[in-house]
Amino acid sequence: MKVIVPIKRVVDFNVKVRVKADGSGVDLANVKMAMNPFDEIAVEEAVRQKEAGVVTEVVAVSCGVAACQETLRTAMALGADRGILVDTDVELQPLAVAKLLKAVVAKEAPQLVILGKQAIDDDANQTGQMLAALLGWPQATFASKVVVDTAAGQVTVTREVDGGLETLELKLPAVVTTDLRLNEPRYATLPNIMKAKKKPLETLTPETLGVDATPRLATVKVVEPPKRAAGIRVADVAQLVDKLRNEAKVIA
Amino acid sequence: MSTYTAPLQDMRFVLTELAAIDRVAKLPGYEEATDDLVEAILDEAGKFAGGVLAPLNFSGDQEGARWVDRAVTMPKGFKEAYRQFVDNGWAGLSLNPEHGGQGLPKVVAAAVQEMWKASNMAFSLCPMLTMGAVEALELVGSEAQKATYLANMISGEWTGTMNLTEPQAGSDLAAVRTRAVPHGDGTYRVFGQKIFITYGDHDMAENTIHLVLARTPDAPEGVKGISLFVVPKFLVNADGSPGERNDAWCVSIEHKLGIHASPTAVMAFGDNGGAIGTLVGKENEGLKYMFIMMNAARYAVGLEGLAIAERAYQKAVAYARDRVQGRAIEGSTGSVAIIRHPDVRRMLMQMRAQVEAMRAVAYAVAAATDMAMRHPDPAERARQQAFVDLMIPVVKGWLTETGNEVASLGVQVHGGMGFIEETGAAQFFRDARITTIYEGTTGIQANDLIGRKIAREGGATLKAVLAMMRQTESELAAQAGLASIRSALGQGIAALEAAGGFIVADYAKDVRSVAAGAVPFLKLMGIVSGGWMMARAALAAQAKIAAGDADAFYPAKIATAQFYAAHVLNTATGLAQEVVQGGASALALDEAMF
Repeated sequence: MKVIVPIKRVVDFNVKVRVKADGSGVDLANVKMAMNPFDEIAVEEAVRQKEAGVVTEVVAVSCGVAACQETLRTAMALGADRGILVDTDVELQPLAVAKLLKAVVAKEAPQLVILGKQAIDDDANQTGQMLAALLGWPQATFASKVVVDTAAGQVTVTREVDGGLETLELKLPAVVTTDLRLNEPRYATLPNIMKAKKKPLETLTPETLGVDATPRLATVKVVEPPKRAAGIRVADVAQLVDKLRNEAKVIA
Repeated sequence: MSTYTAPLQDMRFVLTELAAIDRVAKLPGYEEATDDLVEAILDEAGKFAGGVLAPLNFSGDQEGARWVDRAVTMPKGFKEAYRQFVDNGWAGLSLNPEHGGQGLPKVVAAAVQEMWKASNMAFSLCPMLTMGAVEALELVGSEAQKATYLANMISGEWTGTMNLTEPQAGSDLAAVRTRAVPHGDGTYRVFGQKIFITYGDHDMAENTIHLVLARTPDAPEGVKGISLFVVPKFLVNADGSPGERNDAWCVSIEHKLGIHASPTAVMAFGDNGGAIGTLVGKENEGLKYMFIMMNAARYAVGLEGLAIAERAYQKAVAYARDRVQGRAIEGSTGSVAIIRHPDVRRMLMQMRAQVEAMRAVAYAVAAATDMAMRHPDPAERARQQAFVDLMIPVVKGWLTETGNEVASLGVQVHGGMGFIEETGAAQFFRDARITTIYEGTTGIQANDLIGRKIAREGGATLKAVLAMMRQTESELAAQAGLASIRSALGQGIAALEAAGGFIVADYAKDVRSVAAGAVPFLKLMGIVSGGWMMARAALAAQAKIAAGDADAFYPAKIATAQFYAAHVLNTATGLAQEVVQGGASALALDEAMF
């Protein structure tokens, strides 16, 4: 069984993100980039399924600029068998990524697509759902446990929902998005980092896939969250209650 | 507890701009070390250091290694971390691919080792000692010894030790008394006691392979009668698995000022009939083999000075940002973080500038080591080797002395909290303290530098290095913005030249006076070498800026080089005077007056 793991190159989670001076977006110049942590969990899950003998091939796919190759190499160092870069300088929005992935899925015919539930840069939480809809496949989002039964052609997914856990059975092929507690990604081993360099990495483009990746949404303005204002000292309980009721409007 | 973030950007900058890793990657056998691979390795090593090793540094220090009933138990978490270190293939990074190593260049290994040492110095000593033992066996071991030990040691499944010191034989190994008696079957029985044996016993691996200096029964007195033996903790079965327990036991461990998680063993060989060992190389050549490995070992300890300084700097910066105390000296409405205070800022710059200078010197020497081993042209190999030989005592001596200074400043930045163990800054200060002592004290490094490395060859290599420094000085002339660096570098070069000239001229005439200035000379050489590298760094940063690179890293690099010139490099003149004029007063008092 083949699994596709879409991964996104994002600003490293350790980096303090800055907004560009002109408010047109986040400053990415000379910023350390890394694989989206939720996608790392997806790679880890696919590799564990392969190590367990359930999956035969893990293909990492990334859409974006040429530098995404580094992120694909990281995925291959963690255990993905090969990588596909959909190379484009266009600003990619979730729907465009979902369409590109749909085209890659058509080409690769996997039984399962596992991807992060969202990326830590825009936190959109849309790509997995859109991809499932475009493919007409069943989806299970926010997975905290994934059990694949290839013989029965189904996957059982436990997902984290408000107030507890929900368990779903999906017919394969399916789309699964990963939550934080699904697994703890490994550290890549040195021999695997070196081997990753020699694993196949194919480059496609939106044009060769026949997908129009043009953005549908325009970014109007990006601003820093407002700085927290200094607190004030209240004179007595009556004033506190008054402020809670009339200024903060948190009590009636 | 403090975190560790590998300084990847500075590491990469030094590797590409100052250590010419692109040239190293062209050497035969190093073709794999391309930019993207090196970047991936540094990235992942940084994650491992920060995520696995650094969290055990403080707890390891508090708990310490424990000795019970002739065996050592490591602090909590160390065994698991070591397992992960081995499983992830880090042990064999720069070791021979024939036996399972990855065969990467020393300059890449240097950056990765800096991370292990910075994140957890006590942990890092185990793989470091193993690497030393591996290199000895590769160099002079028999085919049988290589087949028995190398693969397991390179993978890290088994660890290695170096058993040199005895109570009466410290810096002077001529006094070694441990005996090795031929048993008539090709093996020897080893008897004697060794002290200060780093990782002499522990519970992280299934076997420990001791390399032991000992005398055979008819060996000549002194250094010419010392042989090297391999003595495993568990004898190795024919199928390669560890078998019967050998008569080599850890009879206690030391209580130390620092590196508490690193067990420093007293080893007893042969108390119950003789420890079984085999001769490595030829009889009576043991010390020679040790000296061949000395460069690598001394280099590695030098890196510890850099690494601990980096860690101390990171911790000091974090505290200085966080700690709010006092108003700004120019006036402020409220209290400010102490990083706003000019003197705290000066201390942080003093730490940062020296860390960056040390890193540049260290990686440049590592790259030269790669060149000296692999360059196709024998003349170039010889030139690089001469540079390495000259610089090894500087890397060992200057980096560790400076590491101590930086770790001490780190405590100072923390104020009273720095003196409190729970803060964690004190650990770096304590851990750093051993680095100027083991693998040859600073005094021994300095004597090696002025005697074997300078006076013996009439200062030839030093002159070649001075010429390279002058070249950098002249390149600075074209950059008006770097004038202060050029001026300080020029004065530093002149000071080094004068002091070096004095050593060459006076070494034979008045060796005692010259030797009294050996350590000041070593510091002078380190400081000027660091200034040379920082000047090159400033030039490289200037070129990036001129090419339109807007990364804030580059102006910061230039500012740091300017600080180094104004605060560190300018001490060169005084040190040169100390070397040239200070000998007489150092030796003036009669012994009885002390």
